[in-house]
Amino acid sequence: MILTAGIDVGSTYTKAVILDDNNAILGQALNSTGFKLAEAAQQAYDSALKNAGLCETDVSYVVATGFGRHLAPFSDAQVTDLTASARGAISLFPKTRTILDVGGQTMKATRIDEGARVKSFRLNDKCAAGTGAFLEKTARYMGFGTPEIGPLVATSKRQVPISGVCAVFAESEVINQLSLGSSPADIMHGAIASLVDRSVQLMKRIQMEPEFTLIGGILRFQTMARVVREHLQAEVNVPPENLVQFVNALGAAILARRRWQKLNLPAGEVAHSCTTRLAD
Amino acid sequence: MAYTAGVDVGSTQTKAIVINEARKIVGRALIDTGANVVLAAEQAFTQALGNANVQEEEVEYVVGTGYGRYRVTFGNTQVTEISCHGRGAVHMFPGTRTVIDMGGQDTKAIRVRPSGEIVDFCMNDKCAAGTGRFLGAASSALDIPLDELGPTALRAKRPVRISTTCTVFAESEVLSWLGKGKKIEDILQGVHQSIAARSIGLLRRVGIEEQITFTGGVARNIGMVEALQKGLGAKLNVSDDSHFIGALGASLFALDHILAGRTPAGMGRPS
Repeated sequence: MILTAGIDVGSTYTKAVILDDNNAILGQALNSTGFKLAEAAQQAYDSALKNAGLCETDVSYVVATGFGRHLAPFSDAQVTDLTASARGAISLFPKTRTILDVGGQTMKATRIDEGARVKSFRLNDKCAAGTGAFLEKTARYMGFGTPEIGPLVATSKRQVPISGVCAVFAESEVINQLSLGSSPADIMHGAIASLVDRSVQLMKRIQMEPEFTLIGGILRFQTMARVVREHLQAEVNVPPENLVQFVNALGAAILARRRWQKLNLPAGEVAHSCTTRLAD
Repeated sequence: MAYTAGVDVGSTQTKAIVINEARKIVGRALIDTGANVVLAAEQAFTQALGNANVQEEEVEYVVGTGYGRYRVTFGNTQVTEISCHGRGAVHMFPGTRTVIDMGGQDTKAIRVRPSGEIVDFCMNDKCAAGTGRFLGAASSALDIPLDELGPTALRAKRPVRISTTCTVFAESEVLSWLGKGKKIEDILQGVHQSIAARSIGLLRRVGIEEQITFTGGVARNIGMVEALQKGLGAKLNVSDDSHFIGALGASLFALDHILAGRTPAGMGRPS
């Protein structure tokens, strides 16, 4: 049995997954990233090991991903979030061709082929509008914390138009809407709809193709997936709630196993593949 | 003696100016706009009257400007803040040809004729980067009052380079620099330089012609003045009343109106 680990050091949360060679998740953990990325990565890894009842020496290979991937000193290799998400999404939904990943500080749309190779991608990483930070700010202007966003928006009856052009300017919009008597739930709903508008634009730019798989922390809010579904007029895959934030860590752990297997092939086979490549 | 007034309802602060027929400022007031825009306009006006020791009846014409200008319910008319800043800047510094107005939520670059008329303007109205809000974010992230930001930034020896564009992300970047042990003054200098760079981009789009006058609330920040001057390689005109220049322009338009005798009978200020 080969065990591998994937660590996803994201802008807001760090996630870790311990995987066996049947793709079964033995342990997982999540903690805030904060400003000490190496510590956050180590902490997530340790907690995931503990969750699995394992220790570091049981794990053969560790791959780190996410914006802080180079700051996980215990990792054997690093891959980009796009590569990790492609691998993770395909393992959960094999027909995935388009991935939308909405996290705390980024939004990414990726088009992949059946072999989980990245064909095209677009990021929104210069502006907080279109990321989780936008929802977080909107909630905070109304006196709600991030964990309250999901329950709040679930009570919404209608959506209030929120332009979603800038997370900072949203404050005046929110205040304006509150003074007009709109409910916080409906304002939150409007903010999610504006986030969806932005994500659909991003997906159009990569020439999206079904099936669509939505991942990332923001997909914990079921309203997000529902509005995307309505907007695209298509079915979308969403991993179960306990996995939706862990898809990139899962992908990294799968890539860790592939890498380990490649490195540990019998000598003859390695030589053979080298000869083939030379012959090409 | 006739008086006129200008009330500039900004996104963050509301300013009111009362002038006399000789175009001299006789009263001024500055308050936070808050959520009740109508009330903010009324309060600023009342305070400026008190400051001028002028009765409301003596003010013949009031012009509202700023983003909340239509909420100046007692105003006789409205003029855009672009026109008012152009007019006010040229009145205060007659050599002005370019105005950079930096407020709480937007930054505008305005090119004007010697008369104060607008030739061209450009503003960032879709993104808070490069506006006063960026300073507000740094102020809350570092827990330093707004009016100490500039003086602190000037003490910088090795300014950091702020790489994020977005104000929301800049807040985390500021904290991460702090976590890496950078000095507060070096971080703040980086913040000022980043705002200056974006504003200079706006100025280039309208074309920079000297003299350049810096208006708006952020012009009171010495660190911002220095960063802009360094980036532009030119001196800026800055007045102690820089944040009142929009309201001043409005009051000048109001004076034009009564001097031209264009107020039709019965269109005086509603009592």
